[in-house]
Amino acid sequence: MRWLAALLLSLSAVPLRADSNLPPAYWSDRQLPDPRQEAQAQALMAELRCLVCQGQSIADSDAELAGDMRDLVRRRIAAGERPAAIRSWLIRRYGSWISYRPTAEPAAWPLWLAPLALLALGALLLRRRIRLRGKA
Amino acid sequence: MSRAVRFAPLAVFVLLVVSLIWRLSTPVDPTVKSRMVGKLVPDLVVPAAFPGQPARPLRNASCGPVVINFFASWCVPCIAEAKKLAELKRQGVPIVGIAVRDRPEDVADFLARNGNPYAEIGSDPQSKVQIAFGSSGVPETFVIDPYCTIRHQHIGAIDEGDVPTIRKQWEGLRK
Repeated sequence: MRWLAALLLSLSAVPLRADSNLPPAYWSDRQLPDPRQEAQAQALMAELRCLVCQGQSIADSDAELAGDMRDLVRRRIAAGERPAAIRSWLIRRYGSWISYRPTAEPAAWPLWLAPLALLALGALLLRRRIRLRGKA
Repeated sequence: MSRAVRFAPLAVFVLLVVSLIWRLSTPVDPTVKSRMVGKLVPDLVVPAAFPGQPARPLRNASCGPVVINFFASWCVPCIAEAKKLAELKRQGVPIVGIAVRDRPEDVADFLARNGNPYAEIGSDPQSKVQIAFGSSGVPETFVIDPYCTIRHQHIGAIDEGDVPTIRKQWEGLRK
């Protein structure tokens, strides 16, 4: 009997949602009327990290804060602000962490140098191969 | 094949295992620290949480020292934090609340249940103020000095041990 009660209770359990009672912000899931501006907004939103679901972009995330950030991005672009200015405004608040676009900071140097290093390594290997074949 | 090349895969494997162990034993800190600490409070006018009350500019002649607490009626840790904020208020620390994504009736209900430690409460229905502060969730708390500079950020609920820390922060900023 107790098991049955527990089973019924677990079936009726409603997951606790840490979400507000307010509807999403106006521009969070609405496209801007100007297709060129909307394209700019989309491109920027795909490169901004969601603060709640930290592996996602704000374009992908269903978190309310991500919706509010999409609203902020679309409003500012509609008001004529450049995407780069919006990105740096957010970086001034959250650090370069908020942007998925790699920066030129020292921490990112290995990222830029790795392809060059790998290319050089490949060229070296190739040269050795060719030289060995020439001898044979 | 030279000896060094022969052992290269083993070296890579050991490096991989060591780095995995390192990251598993010291996980990355997921909290997002605000870069606004040390800068002026955002130049915003915040509407009051309850209708009929005046909106208030964040920057003004007497900015602080004051504690600004982002909270919400739908935020579970905020319930536990309310008691600690009441303790801070009892010790004489003025606290301004900012209700994030909230309705007046829900805020009133939250305060009726958990007490009201706030001198004033602003409303932030689209997280605008929160984003301007570089804050990423509720509850979060900022300490502002008399010259409107943000001096300290506390991420997450204030617990027993944080009460004296925040009080000291506030006291050190008094003119």
